[in-house]
Amino acid sequence: MQDLMTSSASLGPQLPKTPTGIDGLDEITEGGLPKGRPTLVCGSAGCGKTLMGVEFLVRGIQQYNEPGVLMAFEETADELAANVTSLGFDLQTLQGQGQLRIDHVHVDRSEIEETGEYDLEGLFIRLGYAIDSIGAKRVVLDTIEALFSGFPNQAVLRSEIRRLFRWLKDKGVTTIITAERGEGSLTRQGLEEYVSDCVILLDNRVIEQITTRRLRIVKYRGSTHGTNEYPYLITEDGISVLPVTSLKLAHEVSDEIVSSGVPALDAMFGRHGFYKGSSVLITGTAGTAKTTLAASFAHAVCSTGKRCAFFAFEESPQQLVRNMRSVGLDLAPFIEQGLLHVEASRPTLNGLEKHLVTLHRLVKEFKPDAVVIDPISNLITVGNISEVRSMLTRLIDFLKISNITALFTSLISGRNIQQEMTEEGVSSLVDTWISVRDLEGVGERNRGVSILKARGMAHSNQVREFVVTNQGVQLLDVVIGPTGIVTGASRLTQQMQEQAQALASQQELERKDREIERKRRVLEATIANLRTEFESVEEELRQINHEELVRQQKLADTRRQIAGTASAE
Amino acid sequence: METPPTITPEEETWELRLYVAGQTVKSVTALANLKSYCEQHLKGRYKLEVIDLLQHPQLAAGDQILAIPTLVRKVPAPIRKIIGDLSNQERVLVGLDIRVVESK
Repeated sequence: MQDLMTSSASLGPQLPKTPTGIDGLDEITEGGLPKGRPTLVCGSAGCGKTLMGVEFLVRGIQQYNEPGVLMAFEETADELAANVTSLGFDLQTLQGQGQLRIDHVHVDRSEIEETGEYDLEGLFIRLGYAIDSIGAKRVVLDTIEALFSGFPNQAVLRSEIRRLFRWLKDKGVTTIITAERGEGSLTRQGLEEYVSDCVILLDNRVIEQITTRRLRIVKYRGSTHGTNEYPYLITEDGISVLPVTSLKLAHEVSDEIVSSGVPALDAMFGRHGFYKGSSVLITGTAGTAKTTLAASFAHAVCSTGKRCAFFAFEESPQQLVRNMRSVGLDLAPFIEQGLLHVEASRPTLNGLEKHLVTLHRLVKEFKPDAVVIDPISNLITVGNISEVRSMLTRLIDFLKISNITALFTSLISGRNIQQEMTEEGVSSLVDTWISVRDLEGVGERNRGVSILKARGMAHSNQVREFVVTNQGVQLLDVVIGPTGIVTGASRLTQQMQEQAQALASQQELERKDREIERKRRVLEATIANLRTEFESVEEELRQINHEELVRQQKLADTRRQIAGTASAE
Repeated sequence: METPPTITPEEETWELRLYVAGQTVKSVTALANLKSYCEQHLKGRYKLEVIDLLQHPQLAAGDQILAIPTLVRKVPAPIRKIIGDLSNQERVLVGLDIRVVESK
């Protein structure tokens, strides 16, 4: 708290704000509505003005402990309570707890006769009583324009409304005033001239049969705010504004690596996989095993005990499981363990924003480590390209901020295959882009996978051929023929040729070995021969030598004998 | 020259309520006007209750009071409301449905 105070003090005095608690609105308004001042919410019928008011009060009570007063000019308390029950707002209980007060103001021209001067002090007293009785901090007036049908004296009415807004400001309650959209002006009765602090415009637009609700902050005195039109939705949990486009690229990055599920494909990346929290795009023409690659990834994620959310826009969960089982990827156990969540729907079922909200909700509830969307190109059927692009930007940003690895597949049409650009233009947003394509040769099609980009890691430049076997996707070794990398049948031919060549050279080698052996044996025989010869010569010489020695001995003996005989004589 | 007799929908006691907020000029005027009309046309057959919303703000919601001063005719039914300081006698009488038989 201390830090908060000092940090805000260093920024200079800021306009105090009251957080609405409405999903996304506080981000756009940078903190909420101006505290203690009136805010005008205008829009045409069916925009959710009343709902926004009710949600403002309910969230205020539930999240910020600020009691609220709802002054309803159009609906009774019971009707209002019934209308918002489906959103999980229990107005009756809140009223019972004394935190909410609903005052239904009934204005009927036919019951009222006007004679002479009057003012609207009664309204002030009622509102003041309601506020004081529960110590309300928030007030919603829905729709104050109903007074214009009840009181014919516009001069009195306008001055009284001006006084009312002044009075609300003096009371220091944060007020939402709803008003019907007028033609050529923001409101039918020109209320915007009385409320000068904050004006929010709601809009309901039908483009190509798809309704999109949008919210824009027309003005916000004394504060910066998002100026765009933001799509918003009325979901089961109330209003959800989508300001999710991250203005700053300041998300945390991870150094962790996630496997693609195909070992050989991992090997094509310098760090053997994708970075955790990065976004991966797989593009390819029809039937290039994009879904299989996506399922491999999901399988790999779940195998490590992590959670994965799989958005299938083409197949039902059962179909996906069955189809993937045929290629050796059994997803069913993971679904049973709750590690894999398959959300299958037709893209046309909802508007884009609805899809985005579904995804947000699932991410918040399921807390996956990875998200697969198969394919994003189908979303183009729901909105126009710029809408899809902005939605995907939001989506990618959201997932990045949440540090969730995202894998998208995208179908590219055969004609555009050369330009290698996805229609949605998300290619610049993703970190890793894998292209799968047909390599059409003589009478056959083969599948090739290549990495077009991989931010932050070295990667292979090769186009690798792969096959979908019943053990999953397998990349084949690179075979280089006379004219480059060869695939399919030519690969087999090439391989056979190479085998024949290898066999021939092996045989040649063996033949040479045998030749050497023969030569060695001849040589050894010769050596033995010579040695034998030498031995016989040696023997002979030794014999001669011996004989000579014996002969000389004998000679000496004879000489000695002769000498002996002579001396004796 | 006789006083114009009044014909009421039913011969019953009228119940009138006047909502005011403090002793403002409008409230005082309204009360004075109302008293004079009643004395004139409903003498002895009416009950007038003056409610000061500054003292009883919780009573404002019951009769759907927005404008001050407001005169509410509770009985006879149906409920009718007249706002303003009641300075226009004709409109008050029409509003309250007090029919004056013209006999001038």
